[in-house]
Amino acid sequence: MKHILKGIVTGTAAAAVLATGAIAEDSPRKGGTLITVIATNVRNLNPAVQSGIVTGYPGAQLFAAPLRYDEDWTPQPYLAKSWDVSEDGLTVTLNLVENAVFHDGVPITSEDVAFSVETIKAHHPFKSMFAPVTSVDTPDEHTAVLTLSKPHPALMLAMSGQLMAIIPKHIYGDGQNPKTHPRNTENVVGSGPFKLVEYKSGEHVILERFDDFFIDGRPYLDKIVMRIITDPAARAIAYENGEIHMGAFESLPRIINRLKKVDNLTVTDEGYGGIGPLDWLAMNTTKGPLKDVRVRKAIAYAVDKNFIHKALMEGTASNSLTGIHPDSPFYNTNVEGYDLDLDKSRALLDEAGFPMKGDSRFNLTIDFGWPGVKPQVEYVKAALKKVGIAVEVRASADFPTWAARMGEMDYDMSWDTVFNWGDPVIGVHRTYSSSNIAKGVWSNTQGYANARVDELMQMAAVETDPAKRTALYAEFQEIIADELPVYHTNTLPYHTVYNDNVGNPPLGIWGTSTPIDMTYLKN
Amino acid sequence: MGILRTILLRVVYAILLLVAVLVLNFLLMHLAPGDVADTISQSMGGADQEILDEIRVSYGLDQPFIVQLGRYIANVAQFDLGYSFFYNQPVTKLILERLPATLLLVIAAQIAALIIGVVLGVISARKPNGLSNYVVTFLALFGYSAPVFWTGILLLITFSLNVHWFPVAGMRDVTIEGGFWVHFIDVARHLFLPAVTLGSIFLALYSRLTRASMMEVLGSDYVRTAKAKGLTSNQVVYKHALKNALSPVITLAGLQFSAVLSGAVLVEAVFSWPGLGTLAFQSIIARDTPTILGILFFSALVVIIGNLLTDLALRLVDPRVGGQK
Repeated sequence: MKHILKGIVTGTAAAAVLATGAIAEDSPRKGGTLITVIATNVRNLNPAVQSGIVTGYPGAQLFAAPLRYDEDWTPQPYLAKSWDVSEDGLTVTLNLVENAVFHDGVPITSEDVAFSVETIKAHHPFKSMFAPVTSVDTPDEHTAVLTLSKPHPALMLAMSGQLMAIIPKHIYGDGQNPKTHPRNTENVVGSGPFKLVEYKSGEHVILERFDDFFIDGRPYLDKIVMRIITDPAARAIAYENGEIHMGAFESLPRIINRLKKVDNLTVTDEGYGGIGPLDWLAMNTTKGPLKDVRVRKAIAYAVDKNFIHKALMEGTASNSLTGIHPDSPFYNTNVEGYDLDLDKSRALLDEAGFPMKGDSRFNLTIDFGWPGVKPQVEYVKAALKKVGIAVEVRASADFPTWAARMGEMDYDMSWDTVFNWGDPVIGVHRTYSSSNIAKGVWSNTQGYANARVDELMQMAAVETDPAKRTALYAEFQEIIADELPVYHTNTLPYHTVYNDNVGNPPLGIWGTSTPIDMTYLKN
Repeated sequence: MGILRTILLRVVYAILLLVAVLVLNFLLMHLAPGDVADTISQSMGGADQEILDEIRVSYGLDQPFIVQLGRYIANVAQFDLGYSFFYNQPVTKLILERLPATLLLVIAAQIAALIIGVVLGVISARKPNGLSNYVVTFLALFGYSAPVFWTGILLLITFSLNVHWFPVAGMRDVTIEGGFWVHFIDVARHLFLPAVTLGSIFLALYSRLTRASMMEVLGSDYVRTAKAKGLTSNQVVYKHALKNALSPVITLAGLQFSAVLSGAVLVEAVFSWPGLGTLAFQSIIARDTPTILGILFFSALVVIIGNLLTDLALRLVDPRVGGQK
């Protein structure tokens, strides 16, 4: 079991060693232009006010976070050379590196850290990240002390990757709304390893090495070109003919499997544990037959996950049993998996008081928000017919139409894709806590309420002991798997594609949402 | 004074049309459930109710429909197309940035389709039962009936993947350095496949129409007279017949201009051409009302101007058009 919080308290000691210990596998070459691709248009380059994977990639290159994470979910020093969490968990002290400057040469100080926390608290959509932070004190230029209203272990992951961009106070503190600040897309002054050369909406983002970056000798690359190519088939051809060195978030099984056969390409699903994308079948627990947990179980037994994994996802996605991504250290594999069992399913439906009447027992609808998951939805319809549930597929014209239905809980079942975003507090709790019932899309649209689940989440949110926290989440996952507000089917098959010329591609827990200052071109 | 009157009338029609475009589309956009706040929260990976409300209030989405429509029309009357919630940019800036790329693609495709279509049409009209006629007909109908995104992907696989003649996507190679001509050639190489793909739909129309019109003209009296005077076949065809055969083709080309523009949406998506089509596609998905309305506004404008130019071109090849009062 890997520990998410390993090293919080001992971080200070470890940091001193790690700060200088650059990971050198096969002496990286310096220089060169890495051509990469983004699948959707970038609209905002400032991750302090804009979440999402599209902003994450350029954002994490432009702006540095206090921490970064290694492959084992252990925090590593980055802009903070060391950190310290007090015994009671109520103060977190960040000791910043001393030579760090923004891209305009102004030193990065604790004032900027305080300003960044304040901005993120006010404008980032994930309120849970910094909600317990009551104040940030700046005893000196390179020390920032975060005071918390309660212990908040999720803070560690929230201070890494794209989630905590340190932005310059002298630029964004000019009184304009940081959310719509013009400097979010032009003349960006960042703190990260690369600076902005050009951003053209719909076309590309071009970054260039920042020579005064605070880690000596990094980044290795001279330039990163991020081309915006929205068509997956066109991207696949560009990988194949070498026009693009690397790209992430490829999710079409057919294209993934085709690219896997290309000689000089590597296609991997490593690097998505932090973002934690999950596909699932959501059920409205407040309406009709789905109120009964036996009906929800009957549905789970009738839907063959194996078919989804093998036929629909073509082997590109992993099994997922709970609301926590399988790559997360908190993932619990010892929960009910609901292997296909039609007899059990029928028996459960009989028991719940829904005997066969003519052709079926009762009717349900199923929704979906984007065309890519239509096969899953059609499959659920076919699968449930076998146990006597007549399912009507309701298409939505577009995402907002579907989101409005979800937000109003005007649905029976729906296919959904939700991300974990690092710590469970950030991206998992929202789906199950009763205080979050149907507050917009990707909240608790199942209307699920269980006092014990609420209590477990509250306890886990403030538990600083990693082992105890894991145990709390283990129980939480057992209950979710048993009560099935959501039937978890698979991880979203995100894959990173890179060719043989790319050395040390970003495959850590945050994938491309983390600085790629150690990535290089072999020739 | 025919031309001035035509232009004046067109301007009046244009304004009426633009108002209708705006009001109708505004209405349609509001009939659909959900709004841009949902897509903004989607792109952020989820947001809670307070954030959704905050977005709606700050963009005036909480106001009644009539108030929103009134505000919008008032702004457009002052040449302000509004602010895109989704892109965090003024709509006018957004569109003007993308317009040149689309115009380049659409005009290149239209001109290529016209020239090649007319040439092919003439070739097949001269020998209506020859082999060349069948080849031309097959090619033209193939382009017409094949879905444009499929043609695009097929051309990509053939010319970008199998033989590395053309780049896969985008409008320019940012790693290239050099003077004007280097960039000119670079853009031309990027333009080739999208323009061919987009043009392929319209090639069939133009070549078939040229062929029909040409055959009719070739059978007319003055062509016989010209032949009787002892002119060569080429002189007859290109000097006498073609000019007369062209006017229906030009009329059609003008009418098709709007179709070319909408065809560009798909072509731009396949080739990641950084034009209005891609922007339109994304804005529709994002329910970014100001941007969609702005694009429709500009598209209507482009189509109106295109039709006006068609009228003027028709007068050049056929003086009869301007003749009547």
